[in-house]
Amino acid sequence: MIREQIRPALFSFVLLTLITGVLYPLSVTGIAKVFFTNQAEGGLILKNGKAVGSEHIGQPFDAPQYLWGRPSATTPVFNASSSSGSNYGPMHADYLKAVGDRAKALKDADPFHQARVPVDLVTASGSGLDPQISLAGAYYQVSRIAKTRGISEDKIKKIIEKNTQGRFLGLLGEPAVNVLKVNLDLDEVKK
Amino acid sequence: MSTNDYIQCFIYMAVLLLLAKPLGTYMARVMEGESRVNRWFKPVESFIYKVCGVNPERAEMNWKTYAVAWVAFNALGIFVVYAIQRLQNILPLNPMGLAAVTADSAFNTAISFATNTNWQGYGGESTMSYFTQMIALGVQNFVSAASGIAVLFAVIRGFVRKQTENIGNFWMDLVRSTLYILLPLSIVVATILVSQGVPQTFKPSPKASLLQPTSYDQPMTDKDGKPVLDEKGQPKTQKAMLTEQVIAVGPVASQIAIKQLGTNGGGYYNVNSAHPLENPTPLSNFTEVLSILLIAAALCYSFGYRVKDTRQGWALLIAMTLIFVPLLWMCTHYEQAGNPLLAKMGIDQSATAFQPGGNMEGKEARFGIVSSTIWASATTAASNGSVNSMHDSFTPLGGLVPMWLMELGEVVYGGVGSGLYGMLAFVIVAVFVGGLMVGRTPEYLGKKIESYEMKMASIMILIPPILAVLGAAIAVVAPGGKANIFNPGIHGFSEVLYAFSSASNNNGSAFAGLGANNIFYNIMLGICMFFARFWLAIPALAFAGSLAKKKIVPVSSGTLPTHTPLFIFFLVGIVILVGALTFFPALALGPIVEHLTLAAA
Repeated sequence: MIREQIRPALFSFVLLTLITGVLYPLSVTGIAKVFFTNQAEGGLILKNGKAVGSEHIGQPFDAPQYLWGRPSATTPVFNASSSSGSNYGPMHADYLKAVGDRAKALKDADPFHQARVPVDLVTASGSGLDPQISLAGAYYQVSRIAKTRGISEDKIKKIIEKNTQGRFLGLLGEPAVNVLKVNLDLDEVKK
Repeated sequence: MSTNDYIQCFIYMAVLLLLAKPLGTYMARVMEGESRVNRWFKPVESFIYKVCGVNPERAEMNWKTYAVAWVAFNALGIFVVYAIQRLQNILPLNPMGLAAVTADSAFNTAISFATNTNWQGYGGESTMSYFTQMIALGVQNFVSAASGIAVLFAVIRGFVRKQTENIGNFWMDLVRSTLYILLPLSIVVATILVSQGVPQTFKPSPKASLLQPTSYDQPMTDKDGKPVLDEKGQPKTQKAMLTEQVIAVGPVASQIAIKQLGTNGGGYYNVNSAHPLENPTPLSNFTEVLSILLIAAALCYSFGYRVKDTRQGWALLIAMTLIFVPLLWMCTHYEQAGNPLLAKMGIDQSATAFQPGGNMEGKEARFGIVSSTIWASATTAASNGSVNSMHDSFTPLGGLVPMWLMELGEVVYGGVGSGLYGMLAFVIVAVFVGGLMVGRTPEYLGKKIESYEMKMASIMILIPPILAVLGAAIAVVAPGGKANIFNPGIHGFSEVLYAFSSASNNNGSAFAGLGANNIFYNIMLGICMFFARFWLAIPALAFAGSLAKKKIVPVSSGTLPTHTPLFIFFLVGIVILVGALTFFPALALGPIVEHLTLAAA
């Protein structure tokens, strides 16, 4: 009974490996190459032929003239070849301290701004590479960027809205602002 | 919950249930060779059978032969996946030059992928070469799922056939479910994912320069690569500048598609589908989260179709949905409510037009709360185990939901195939208890349920909780278990309980703070995954064999109808009761105490 099953086990394993392990990924790669070349290679943003980032991968920002993204729990921060969340439970002392420190850093960078800090600016993202923040998180930072750069708040808001990805069909997911794209656009603005 | 939360939950459930009938019909027909598709691909199928030495005309197996074939194939899978990992440094397609995987990690991962669990103790992008991801892990994503579907159809034949030993042929079931169900759906899903920005390439990872170079504390190492410690025993650090990013890519989309459809869950990247390259947009997220439950839900309809009473299939699907929806609500409610300690610090967690609010630690901005909680509930209801947010950082009761959904035995939709044959074990128990209550011989779909079937069903229901509770008990007293807990106190216990619940139900998700890539957890969890898969599939085949031998009893006035609301609620009650009674004490020590402590803090 066992002997009779050895040949089908071996041969089906080899054939299914060829079909699902070789043919399948190669055909998906083929489809990707033909129809979605840029998307399939990490969504790189090129500037003068050089990659300045990926539209899907966040970068660290803590200078006052830039929009800041989600805190990152990777080592070092925004390490795009070793993703990680913080995995802090809701009562972990280090977590609560980190949240407090981040909120203080945001307040210190813009002392006269009175609004409450939006939660996504002080909590680490799941991947440590989140390229986006909420609209609330972006608007919260407008006054600081405007003061540092000496450009009008309206101009910054326009840049934010231009780089906002809405809900799919207005229904699924959450609207989110791409931090790197906003900052690249900010650097283009003439005073 | 906000209005938008309700809308997104509703859309998800509606699309899932609407697809059950068309996909379920297709799967029921194609597995028995009745579909047009079978005719189109007949040459391919025949070629495979010829090479394998299977004669479709004389292929029928009794349950023991079927079980032997199933075990042989899956054991071979474990062996090959182990070998490839250990040899990946000398195998091709390793452009990043990754080293061979350690023995204990390779042991754990081999069992994990061959049992359709896909627990991952390692970080994908920094451990596995392109070759390992495709040939070892990618292949198991298909064939472990196909093995689950195969067992389900053998069980279905047990109900449909009468007075025979035969329950089908494993090799044909394996080939058909791979070629006609998993492969075409994966190509569709992978194409959608690539269009959204999921990588599919064999080039090495590109580098990008940072717009704002940032300084960071780099741990100092001596000449041997060991960390240098200061007087207090803390690692010493030095300032270093971060100027560029290495963006890990690879053949991601093809693997993600099948990991979702086959309820595998093993991601390409360490953080799984929270990674913006595994899951970049709301559309990719919806496609993936729908794929998690799609086949498992539709198989309920296939079951009804094959037993020639679609009401029986709907009854099971409704029972599953009745358990799922309240738990989804609960998870979303507590995550949306946020963390009271952050509220005290003056952090804005309210849901507005400009932000989802809620408990955002470990969640991604593009998913917010509800897209994360739908996923967390779906992935643990199915034995999928992929994540798009970090379950370890959920609020206590928000995190209780995914934990308990696994502990219910992965029968609420469950793994592809395995979820439904697990649910059928509960159905057997339900008709048995129901029969005892009214004093009649229990029967289901015209088959008498006797002590042999009850024994097999009991084994299937009892093994996962025994493994989970015993494993967690050992880990919280063993030094090797305690040393790798990340969060202190109550939450640390939850991490351990979650890990063993996950492995013992072939789920694969984690409270990922737990340091699981070490000898203790790799071996303990490997053993749990192995028994949870093999010791459930074999009893399932045994009761299929026993049912197939029986006559079909005609429906009489004494028959307990099994498609009525009464029976559906009764079945739900049995599932909940078993899950609640077994795990309430453990849950009370973990998430429930944590919730009370958090509320009082």
